[in-house]
Amino acid sequence: MSNETSLGSSTTHEDIVDTLSFFDDWEERYTYIIELGKALPPYPEALKIESHLVRGCQSQVWLHIEVNDDGTLSLYVDSDALIVRGLAAIVLAALNQKTPQQILDFDMQAYFQAIDLLKHISPTRGNGVQSMVERIRHEAQKRLAA
Amino acid sequence: MAFDVDALRTEFPTLGQKPYGKPLVYLDNAATTQKPQVVIDAIERYYREQNSNVHRGAHYLGDVATHAMEEARATVASFLNASREEVIWTKGTTDALNLVAHSLGSHVLSAGDEVLISTLEHHANIVPWQQICTLTGASIKVIPLKTDGTLALEQLENLLTERTKIVAVAHASNALGTINDIAALVQKARQIGAYVVVDGAQAVSHFPVDVKQLDCDFYAFSGHKVFGPTGIGVLYGKRELLEAIPPYQTGGEMIETVSFETSTWNRLPYKFEAGTPHIAGAIGLGAALTWLMQQDRQALWEHESALLAHATEHARAFAGMRIIGDNNSKVGVLSFLIEGTHPSDVGTLLDQQGIAVRTGHHCTMPLMDSLGIPGTVRAAFAPYNTLEDVDALFTGLHKIMNFL
Repeated sequence: MSNETSLGSSTTHEDIVDTLSFFDDWEERYTYIIELGKALPPYPEALKIESHLVRGCQSQVWLHIEVNDDGTLSLYVDSDALIVRGLAAIVLAALNQKTPQQILDFDMQAYFQAIDLLKHISPTRGNGVQSMVERIRHEAQKRLAA
Repeated sequence: MAFDVDALRTEFPTLGQKPYGKPLVYLDNAATTQKPQVVIDAIERYYREQNSNVHRGAHYLGDVATHAMEEARATVASFLNASREEVIWTKGTTDALNLVAHSLGSHVLSAGDEVLISTLEHHANIVPWQQICTLTGASIKVIPLKTDGTLALEQLENLLTERTKIVAVAHASNALGTINDIAALVQKARQIGAYVVVDGAQAVSHFPVDVKQLDCDFYAFSGHKVFGPTGIGVLYGKRELLEAIPPYQTGGEMIETVSFETSTWNRLPYKFEAGTPHIAGAIGLGAALTWLMQQDRQALWEHESALLAHATEHARAFAGMRIIGDNNSKVGVLSFLIEGTHPSDVGTLLDQQGIAVRTGHHCTMPLMDSLGIPGTVRAAFAPYNTLEDVDALFTGLHKIMNFL
């Protein structure tokens, strides 16, 4: 069962690294990042509730996680900010439809460093992306322990 | 002599930075100001030539450090028109407000009493009062905001009652820039015998503040928002009140005698300065205020007002832009929203162009709730900003609209 997005299946994190390395100005980069946000799986409106909210100082993120029959996780994310949606899509390219072990093994820091977007997931950054990644990893850990 | 912004800029080394290879346009001055070379020099000199613990009187360097720090305290006193016993070193405004909330609050509040704050307060002037109200059984009342971002002070008559013991209000709003009429507020509070605490964090860098003239009971500000270092701030308090209220933190520096049964407190201002103070920070702040007092402050104010007027004019011509807090009594802050865009996206895309602004709720969530908005984009000006900086902001914003 997939959550109707190419992110994490036909669009992989390698694709993202390749594409972003191709651009040399910020305008192209951010046009692409904003475009990526449009590929996010549709987030269920009914689940825009407090328990699914990841707060940031500057923007907020909604996160819903479903466990598939094969043990992989389907990730649903939304945000009120376009660039945060794009960053979430970049995360999903790496973590969506992956097993808990694959999720925990993935080096998010190195990934964001490679695409020169590390500042967006620094712990002090208030956009909620870092907290979202932590929540996904936490969920993966719980699944692994279960 | 006419105000020369280019000459002023050469005193601030950070302004020469080139984020992403672009000239820095630093418009996040309400978060922190840049530091002039004299401040950097004073801190370096302290660590090179004066470093020692203070108030021990044990040796030569100790005396040098003590003298330098107390000289800085005298500078703060002169900056505020206070006396040196009334100037207490804190970590910053937040620390100072926690001190007052705790020490004044525990001294004067009891069940049923009220603390009056305003809608536009920073969390630092809300949460400490909530805490002390929980402990004492007092409650918080709030001065409402008008649509132009000014306080509805005409409602004070109803809000101030015989139960109001403390009024705690910002001199200027960090999120909107609105300057509040503290003198009028003090006058009304006096009539019912309430104490007035002023959060001056966003005021002192913009215009001269005279605590005697304001006649407030407490006044707090941070070093780093007035061209000084981080980690140092000031609480001014009227001497008789500082004598009357209990200490906040306890330990070294602030005691006179200690036995295992009881302790007595050191004299003012040391009674409120537990532990080794931030000596380098205090000296750096002294240098910053000395520097500021040497400037033609009227000229700085006029320059800042010109920057704000220029920005406001741009804003009115910008399709879909809404100024949040649109009034005539402001420090150099332009807070805004652009229809159909999220502040966070605007901030990120300005940053890519070397333009530093702040986005979000600015630690004023109740204010944002009252305005019905999640946050704003805030451009906050300092005297070293130029009209070209303002133009760069709007050129940057126009460029962004192609994306969003």
